Amino acid sequence: MKLTKTLMATTALTVTAVAAHAQDMADSMTLVSWGGAYQKSQVNAYAIPYQEMHEGLEVVWDESSNEAVAKLRAMDEAGNVTWDVVDVVASDAMRLCDEGLAMEIDPDEHLAPAPDGTSAEDDFGDLLVSDCFIPQIVYSTTFGYRTDMVPEGVDAPDDICDVWDTETYPGKRSLEKRPINNMEWALLCDGVAKDEVYDVLATEEGQQQALDKLDEIKDDVIWWSAGADTPQLLADGEVFMGSTYNGRLFSVIEEQDQPVAMMWDAQVFDLDGWIIPEGLPDDRLARALDFIYFATDTQRLADQAKYISYGPARASSAPLVGQHAELGIEMAPHMPTDPENAKNTFLYNYEFWADYRDDIDAKFQAWLAQ
Amino acid sequence: MTITVIEPKPVSFVAPVVAAAGAFAGLFVGTAQGSALLGVIGGAIIGAALTFLFLTIFRQERAARWITTLGMAAAGFAFGGAMGGVIGLAFGWFFGWFIFWLGEGRYRAKLPPYTTSLQVFYHFLFRVICGMIFFFLITPIVVVMPLSFNAENFFTFTPEMLRLDPDGYSLKHYRDFFTNDDWQQAMWNSISIAPIATLLSVSFGTLAAIGLSSEHVPFRRPIMAILISPMIVPLIISAAGMYFFYSRLGLQGTFWGVVLAHAALGIPFVIITVTATLVGFDRSLTRAAANMGADPVTTFFRVQMPLILPGVISGGLFAFITSFDEVVVVLFVGSAGQKTLPWQMFTGLREQISPTILAVATILVAISICLLTTVELLRRRSERLRGMSPG
Amino acid sequence: MPQKEFINGDKMSDTTDTGPVLAADGRPLKRSLNRALRRQKLRALGLIAPLLIFVLVTFIAPIADMLFRSVENQIVSNTLPGTVQQLETWDATSGEAPGEAVYEALYYDLFLASEAKEHTRLGTRLNYEETGISSLFRSSGRKVDDVGEDYIDALEDLNEAWEDEAFWYSLMSGGEDAAKNSGLLDEERERLSGLTGDDYSADIGFVPGQDISQLLPNTARAYSSFALFTVIEDEDVVAEEEPWEAVKIALVQDIKRGADMSGYEGFGAEELRAAQDMLQGQPDIAFKEAFLDIDEDWGATDNWRTMQVYSPPFTAGYFLNAIDMQNGLDGPEARPENQQIYIMLFKRTLFMSLVIMGSCILLAYPVSYLLSNLPMRSANLLMILVLLPFWTSLLVRTSAWKVMLQQQGVINDTLVWLGLVDDASRLVMINNQFGTIVAMTHILLPFMILPMYSVMSTIPPSYVRAARSLGATNWTSFWRVYFPQSVPGIGAGSILVFILAIGYYITPEIVGGTTGTFISNRIAYHISSSLNWGLAAALGSILLAAVLILYWAYDKIVGIDNVKLG
Repeated sequence: MKLTKTLMATTALTVTAVAAHAQDMADSMTLVSWGGAYQKSQVNAYAIPYQEMHEGLEVVWDESSNEAVAKLRAMDEAGNVTWDVVDVVASDAMRLCDEGLAMEIDPDEHLAPAPDGTSAEDDFGDLLVSDCFIPQIVYSTTFGYRTDMVPEGVDAPDDICDVWDTETYPGKRSLEKRPINNMEWALLCDGVAKDEVYDVLATEEGQQQALDKLDEIKDDVIWWSAGADTPQLLADGEVFMGSTYNGRLFSVIEEQDQPVAMMWDAQVFDLDGWIIPEGLPDDRLARALDFIYFATDTQRLADQAKYISYGPARASSAPLVGQHAELGIEMAPHMPTDPENAKNTFLYNYEFWADYRDDIDAKFQAWLAQ
Repeated sequence: MTITVIEPKPVSFVAPVVAAAGAFAGLFVGTAQGSALLGVIGGAIIGAALTFLFLTIFRQERAARWITTLGMAAAGFAFGGAMGGVIGLAFGWFFGWFIFWLGEGRYRAKLPPYTTSLQVFYHFLFRVICGMIFFFLITPIVVVMPLSFNAENFFTFTPEMLRLDPDGYSLKHYRDFFTNDDWQQAMWNSISIAPIATLLSVSFGTLAAIGLSSEHVPFRRPIMAILISPMIVPLIISAAGMYFFYSRLGLQGTFWGVVLAHAALGIPFVIITVTATLVGFDRSLTRAAANMGADPVTTFFRVQMPLILPGVISGGLFAFITSFDEVVVVLFVGSAGQKTLPWQMFTGLREQISPTILAVATILVAISICLLTTVELLRRRSERLRGMSPG
Repeated sequence: MPQKEFINGDKMSDTTDTGPVLAADGRPLKRSLNRALRRQKLRALGLIAPLLIFVLVTFIAPIADMLFRSVENQIVSNTLPGTVQQLETWDATSGEAPGEAVYEALYYDLFLASEAKEHTRLGTRLNYEETGISSLFRSSGRKVDDVGEDYIDALEDLNEAWEDEAFWYSLMSGGEDAAKNSGLLDEERERLSGLTGDDYSADIGFVPGQDISQLLPNTARAYSSFALFTVIEDEDVVAEEEPWEAVKIALVQDIKRGADMSGYEGFGAEELRAAQDMLQGQPDIAFKEAFLDIDEDWGATDNWRTMQVYSPPFTAGYFLNAIDMQNGLDGPEARPENQQIYIMLFKRTLFMSLVIMGSCILLAYPVSYLLSNLPMRSANLLMILVLLPFWTSLLVRTSAWKVMLQQQGVINDTLVWLGLVDDASRLVMINNQFGTIVAMTHILLPFMILPMYSVMSTIPPSYVRAARSLGATNWTSFWRVYFPQSVPGIGAGSILVFILAIGYYITPEIVGGTTGTFISNRIAYHISSSLNWGLAAALGSILLAAVLILYWAYDKIVGIDNVKLG
């Protein structure tokens, strides 16, 4: 008995960096994610292999990432955190970190190095945008359009400003019901240089300018709030083009075989990844850290790309991205980070939106409601 | 109402009416085919001709109705394929029935004999309006049913479906429902949460309603207001309040948290229905029971309960449905372990639109139809047994 | 008349007796009756009590708790207690940033808050009122360690003891036998539990010495918070941790303020005097300048004014925001026009709920009339058509309407197929008010039909027949005889539908687009996305007040007992 324990501990030592806790890890774990195809890719790439390594481990999934900050705050107020590892977008991770609701992570201690020995910190590089955030994927918000609704004799849209060109491309557009991304695109198409967008947007006049620009197409826009909306609208032919997450569009185009194509121009990169809530008991913390160490290593991140077209956050994972698990198509050209797709990109400006979100949102909603 | 004499009506009255109806139907068929005028004229002629034929020459009702139904179905099929056939079938059945209903004068069967023609007209106009309202009530539910057999993963009628092409249909969403762990788990959660919540609200609610129906309750109005409040407070406020408060008590994200929240939401329905039944309750019955030596518990279960049972049951049904169909509160108070069917539907709608939710809905609707029909049949049976003439 | 049972028949007939009427057991009847009445009251209350308690605990308490958030504002005074106190005297209209004292207080407050990671929470809170404060607090929290580092370096260069954790511990505790100042420690306990919401009552193995806390009050205070935080949050030992920069800055300030060392002979007296000699010649620490260096927005009067306005533990700010106003320089003022939204949303919610109620009345009346006049058998069958949608999931019905109403939807397809509408100009029926009204009318219609039906089925048909036979026309007999009797049903249904409609959230969210959403959607947004719970609570309170007024009116007019559901 003792021998097996020692053996197990030794094995764990070679596998994980937190072997000291290997004996007393909790045998159930609650993971929080977004549901849908994305969660399925995580189940396939991370949870199932991890459970195979650890028999008897129970994994519970909670599809609450959308309300993660609110729920974690309430859990913290109550002093009863029931989640172990939470998948959130980077801006939420920063909020959670700021409020002390997420644990700080030391990349070199808690995360696996790349196979070639590069430290985790260097491997993730700039994507470690917050002390608490372990990046997992790079996704982008971009446009898809109906190929069968492009008027005859006209080139397919390939410029963000084609969204505003309702004369050449008649039909409705779908845009997200929030100012983020839309305001940037509007300014860009109103002649503001790309590197000045946020300076302009910080001013009252700039915000008004963006809203005025959006006003031009207001009657042609259906506003979405859930990730599944734009794919449904495109499949129905309700809209000619619409913004959504690139993985959703991939699914519409490749898996559902709809007459839809991507328009990568001015796509906005954002990050999604894990955080560990602050204040977990030792055994659950040990389990969470052990899982994180496993689930964010180079191979695992590359594996996820087999199931969904989001780019792995590690530099070392990119060359390992292979073919889609069911369709057998090469995934690399469908990644938002592919050089062919990433000719003109934005990175979500976390700092700016943390400050201006409430203010601009109030104006945006007031404008929408008029 | 047997006094009303049913007598055949002259063709000179029936033919124009049917012709008008035919013209109306023809208008739609005509516009769909490209010429409204042709449709109107054709419809009117066909209507008048059929009426003339059936009421004067070929007065065999059963055979005539079969001929019209099948004939129009065939014509429809020739014009517009499978879908046209279905529409033709419906039109044919309707006109076959309509001609004889008018021609034999059966439309007056249930009306008092003294009603004037105008009153008859208003009577049926009113019926048609009511019919349209029922149509409004039921169409959305009927429309989604075929979509649950969609072979694609969207809420759209595909061209294949409209052609009634078998390739456009599939049972995959039903398969998904029965094989997918998420859906099965959600169903079991719903099935275990709703009855317990119902039991709680019914037992507390019935007792309280009995207490409230006593004439001497102090502070009756404020107490009533508090007990009714879960129904009148906007759900979003209740949900947020419970969310914060239950978090503090450690109930958020637990089975009992959801049960308690749902029980609270169901209580007003029980209170309202049971107090309503108690209004008509004859108190001398309990006194009689007490007089004959029954203790209060026996009196309650043997005398009072059977009499107010209909109210309790209908209150219970409302409470059950409240819990079974509730999504806002459970979204806040519950966590992954308590995901109920409506919650799963909500994520299904927001995150990955999939007609599986329509398959679930179809199954639930089928179950409610069965339940409602069974209840109605039982009611009729018990009425027959008690020797009452049904209605 | 339940009292009657206590009246004994014999005594009743025995009315020729004078004196009080007696009950069977010989007691005066009046008292006996009263007792029975009291017992009945108690019995009724006893029956109600379990449910009342249940509802109070599971429902009323949560709501009260949530609504309380709409005025709660302790976060500012809990996070920046010293600053708030100093700021009281600052005149916001002067147009100048506050003085050095405020910045010094801010330094200590912010330092502690950033150690406890509470400063960003405050930043988020104040950012609701003044854009930019969020990042101001976030970035300053990171850099506040560097304020006055030259002085700390100088101190540590002077004597390495100032870097030594054991030295500090002995200095501040004054040794084992010294008189202790546990009052100061308790003050700090309270302050930290206010700041973090955690329990700070545990023993931490440190109490500041009485002498040293008189000599160096600020240092002792700062060191006490440091000690509490180290033991309770970090789970370390005080004597083994080097104090925070803020403790050393406090020491520098205490010394420079001219602490009188002459009489002090306790532990570390020598080092203190040496430090005093060294610091005497140096200029004062410029806190204001240091903060302006970190971020020039610390000089902006708007930010300071916001902190001043929102410093009391309770605020009307959320309510002002909920009615499109804000706290301005001269009290409440209207928000800029391009930010006004809530009043309009409240109006829209009311207006659309009224329209929905109206269309429900129009549709439900004929149906209920028909149902109540048909023979039971057919009425029950038709009733299934009413109950079926009622029992079908709300989500399914809403998505069904989406399928029906959208531009490529069933209705438009049918109209186009019939040639009534041109393919290029399909009707827009969804993502606007029309869509919300149609879908919600459909969803709420059963709530109108059921009470109407139950009222109408009690109206005897003989009244209308009597009116007819007396010569009334169809219309008169309906309008003057039938309709007035059906009004309670309309009332019951209307109020039910209106109250339910006003708080609707899911359906407007899915089919409402931008012009068809309700106030509830904004409440949900503030709860789960913007996390401005105070504003959500304020909006919720207003909505709830509106509903309660309706309920009250309803109870006055119709009586809540007269609601019947099927």
